[in-house]
Amino acid sequence: MSMVPSNDSRAGVAPGGLWRVALTIAWRGMHTYIRRPDLIFPSLIFPLVFFASFAGGLSALGKVPGFTFPAGYTAFQFVFVMCQSAMFSGLFTGFTLAFDFESGFARRLMLAAEDRRGIALGYAIVALSRAAITLTLVTAVALVSGMRITGNGVDLFGLYGLAALLVLVGYGWAAGVAFRFRTIQAGPLMQTPVFLILFLAPVYVSLTLLKGWIHAAASVNPATAFLDAGRGLISGVHNHTALAYACALGLILLFGIWTLSGLRRAETSP
Amino acid sequence: MLSTQVNVLARRSMRKTLRQPFQLFPIVFFPIILLAVNASGLKSATELVGFPTRSYVSFAIAVAFIQGAMFALINTGTNLAEDIESGFFSRLALTPLRRVSLIAGLLVGVAAIGALQSAVYILIGLVAGTHLDAGFGGALVVIALGSLTTLAFGALGCAAALWTGSGEAVQGLFPLFFVFVFLSSSNLPRNLLGTGWFHTVANWNPISYLIEAFRSLYIYGWDLTALWRGFAVAAGLGVIALLASSGALRKRLQRT
Repeated sequence: MSMVPSNDSRAGVAPGGLWRVALTIAWRGMHTYIRRPDLIFPSLIFPLVFFASFAGGLSALGKVPGFTFPAGYTAFQFVFVMCQSAMFSGLFTGFTLAFDFESGFARRLMLAAEDRRGIALGYAIVALSRAAITLTLVTAVALVSGMRITGNGVDLFGLYGLAALLVLVGYGWAAGVAFRFRTIQAGPLMQTPVFLILFLAPVYVSLTLLKGWIHAAASVNPATAFLDAGRGLISGVHNHTALAYACALGLILLFGIWTLSGLRRAETSP
Repeated sequence: MLSTQVNVLARRSMRKTLRQPFQLFPIVFFPIILLAVNASGLKSATELVGFPTRSYVSFAIAVAFIQGAMFALINTGTNLAEDIESGFFSRLALTPLRRVSLIAGLLVGVAAIGALQSAVYILIGLVAGTHLDAGFGGALVVIALGSLTTLAFGALGCAAALWTGSGEAVQGLFPLFFVFVFLSSSNLPRNLLGTGWFHTVANWNPISYLIEAFRSLYIYGWDLTALWRGFAVAAGLGVIALLASSGALRKRLQRT
């Protein structure tokens, strides 16, 4: 592949350069991911542990007075684990980007790429591919463990579409941080806000059963819309689907700007 | 004298943790944030038939002591691995210090940090509305058990650092221990773990008994069965970890 050095991420680039760079980075990212057990195993095992712990360990919560969910508690928790895995696939790809900066690889990449926006796009494809592997495994385990799906095929398409958007939300945030700090030490800054947003949503029971400050926090938390929509789609009883899609698309736009402005900052940094 | 050597190394070990905000922050704030989130999110579990208390925060605070001990494992192991990587440990081994004091000093410091962090969790818990049914005496037992648990986990961190000599490898243990906490009676009492296989795993998981010992003092008062099981697990884990540390130390000093 021919890569012409450029000082600007947009000006004077060959048509198709964006995708050439993106696909090359995506191939390299997935090649590395699959070949390194220290990367692939934690990303597969953690969602399964969360699923086992929440769906298995907390199944009694399905009997709490006032809790109703047509598809059962396993499906209720599956949606949380799916949203979390999706966002964390994006986050972990941000870690990879930060690590590539720390090792000097990303800097060399910046010199070689004919359109540097392709770098951001390439890692986004890596995030989506990693999430596809993780979510396939989590779904298979959930089905084997007896998860019921009462939504139809279109609902499921919507569910996985929402998961794909959440991958990009997580990645957009983490990539913006990675481009700005260019060190793996910024990991907690990538992880903590996402972790908090996810856990300040109705994780264990529905919003109506939450009381006190967490109810107030969950009521204005976009992650609540994601969980409500996901649970609605898996059970076929739609709840806040349009709101969730709107929130996810809005966040992707916002974090897209955050990522690209981070890329500009990385380009101009000494 | 051995006691002087242990004392000096214990103070160094304590200062190393207390002076580094990035080590202190997770010990204090991470368990408290998780407690706040879980206690609020899982409050409705208290409405289940058979749940032992109406206060979920009193039920859940036990997990904070275990999480604190897990951070001690990481901090102790990372600090020791740093000493190994920087060559400080090898220089220390060349001094007339007795071998036993190399580890004992570190672990006495860890136990003191464990007692301190347990006292902090008790105070924060009281502010958050926990009720310690066993009273002041129970608080002292919580501190003693917290200190012993932290020492046991810290010794595991030492063993890992001595075997691998790598801070990164020690950090890799953290998720493994998180799995043990997740697959225990951390969120619900064992009698309410409805899923068969999960109930079996929680029954075999020693972390369940550690958590239940702390929890018993908050909820039931003086439950001697829960207490002896908790102390036995902490002590057993400590003995295993010390044996592993001792073997790893011998091997490392031979290499040195």
